[in-house]
Amino acid sequence: MTTIGLTSDARRDAGRPDGPTPDLGLGLGQRSRGRAVRNQLARIVMWTAFAIAMVPLAWILWSVISKGGAMLLDSHWWTNSQRGITNRVVGGGAVHAIQGTLIQGLVTAVIAVPIGVMTAIYLVEYGRGRLATAVSFMVDILTGIPSIVAALFIYALWVTTFGFQRVAFAVCLALVLLMIPVVVRSTEEMLKLVPNELREGAFALGVPKWKTLVRVVLPTAFSGIITGILLGLARVMGETAPLLILGPYTKNIATNLFGGLMPTLPTMINQDRTEVLQPAVDRVWGAAATLILLILILNIAGRLIGHFGRPKT
Amino acid sequence: MPSITGVSAVDELPKPEGRGPFLTDRVPAGTGRLGDRIFGGTATGAGLLVIAIVTLIAGFLLSQALPALAKDKVNFLTSTQWNVDGTPLQFGIANLLWVTVLSSVIAMLIAVPFGVGVALFITQYAPGWLSRTAATLVDLLAAVPSIVYGLWGLQVFGPHMSGIQDFLVSHLGWFPLFTPSGIGAASTILTVGVVLSIMVLPIITALSREVFAQTPVSNKDAALALGATRWEMIRTAVLPFGKPGVISASMLGLGRALGETVAVMIILSALADGSAWSWSMFNGGETFASKIANNAAEFDSPQKAGAFLAAGLVLFLLTFVVNSIARIVINRSKAFSE
Repeated sequence: MTTIGLTSDARRDAGRPDGPTPDLGLGLGQRSRGRAVRNQLARIVMWTAFAIAMVPLAWILWSVISKGGAMLLDSHWWTNSQRGITNRVVGGGAVHAIQGTLIQGLVTAVIAVPIGVMTAIYLVEYGRGRLATAVSFMVDILTGIPSIVAALFIYALWVTTFGFQRVAFAVCLALVLLMIPVVVRSTEEMLKLVPNELREGAFALGVPKWKTLVRVVLPTAFSGIITGILLGLARVMGETAPLLILGPYTKNIATNLFGGLMPTLPTMINQDRTEVLQPAVDRVWGAAATLILLILILNIAGRLIGHFGRPKT
Repeated sequence: MPSITGVSAVDELPKPEGRGPFLTDRVPAGTGRLGDRIFGGTATGAGLLVIAIVTLIAGFLLSQALPALAKDKVNFLTSTQWNVDGTPLQFGIANLLWVTVLSSVIAMLIAVPFGVGVALFITQYAPGWLSRTAATLVDLLAAVPSIVYGLWGLQVFGPHMSGIQDFLVSHLGWFPLFTPSGIGAASTILTVGVVLSIMVLPIITALSREVFAQTPVSNKDAALALGATRWEMIRTAVLPFGKPGVISASMLGLGRALGETVAVMIILSALADGSAWSWSMFNGGETFASKIANNAAEFDSPQKAGAFLAAGLVLFLLTFVVNSIARIVINRSKAFSE
């Protein structure tokens, strides 16, 4: 898509610069002053809009780095938990929260990815008629569901109906609901980009459809699917609302998905966000910096994989 | 590239063969029969599971909220009370609805013009080397977790809102929207609206720039050939073509703003029960989402939980309607352009 836009731009830039149009002696090419002014004004407005949009990004990153970046340089941050550390004391680390975030992200992905990828395969390769329309519509609805509603649903299911405790696995279930639509949509796009000739070639050789999908189509779209998964993972790891309802915080390292509390970076931030004592404030911003770093790494990895591994069409 | 909105230009591409799935049933499949049945069955099963999940969500919220709604002694839609502890159960959502809508509208008023401007910049104005980078940078705004937005909005950005607030109060204080209400400038509905606008900007930009980039080159060239300036070309070719996309992008952004939880919860200062009604955007309050999140620790009885689930149900319906409108606009424009 971009290439088309660029061609047009290049053509315009070559033939018709934005400066005054040469007068052809007919008065037709003469651009009135008002139009030229408006044109320049629009250009300035667009550049300004972009510049202003960059302000919050730079500001947020600067705030987080300047307030919390120093915590990340301390090796204890990556090796210790907050066990026994009070708000007045400097020290402790975030390893308990980092671990919790990673575990929950991983479990969420393990559940959401197969469902999401298979749904996308259904939509692109199998689905037709009313059922496919219904599935596609439901994916849209799932995309738009606020995370707090997903969390409430899991609460109503897990706690109110089944009578279980609030545990990490329930958080994962809520996150699954948020991750499925991201995986479905990105996988769907990638499957549609796989050239049809590949499928036809396989069919012509007598390869059954499922084998064509597993051995030809999915490998071709593989890097794009991974990109979608990583971006989806980045989204759910930063989610806080389900954690507030289903995953209370603790200062200790915890790895049990089905019992006790499991700390995560968002809940670590939430826990002390109203504190005024400096050690606690530093740790809040440190956790924020860690969370952003984690999500940025996932985002960049996803984009790199997507950039270098696109199906060669 | 999968977009952050879940909607993409690639949606517009025809399916392989342009007429739906392959008719492999006619191909003698040999040994693949069983495998085909299993694989196809699993794929269909996943699709059915998604339908089941959404149906379950709506069903569960409804079934848990109805008993509490039945016991509610005041009008659920118009009451401003929220009394879920005592025996006469009294809860209404008028306050929540107003704060939710007001903060989202403020967010849209800021984010839509900026989103369209940034999308036009990326697709029409930015030089080639900057275009891709700019798109990635705007996308990064969507990668910032909402709790970080909340933290930054309250502690760093919010205090800077006092100047605007003082200006509006002193010049337009007679207007109900701008009456002063003694809440710190960092914790008002206006501040929440501004922070929400930053959060939905990448969503609006991502989808808008995709539709702008799809403007047929022939339309653009035709405008330029007739002597249009670049801005006139955008106004007559790009914007009309992209209008449905911009509308649906705005709707998706609105859906996101309505449902945003943690940033709102952190920034907005909740009012005490029974506070006087105010239309002011300099007031505190709670949205549906932040009300639920603020009270997450108190879901100890089914009755209490039911009241919050009822609020969640309204939020679900609200975002459902908004998102459906977005999809309908996209699909209709697709039907017209084919």
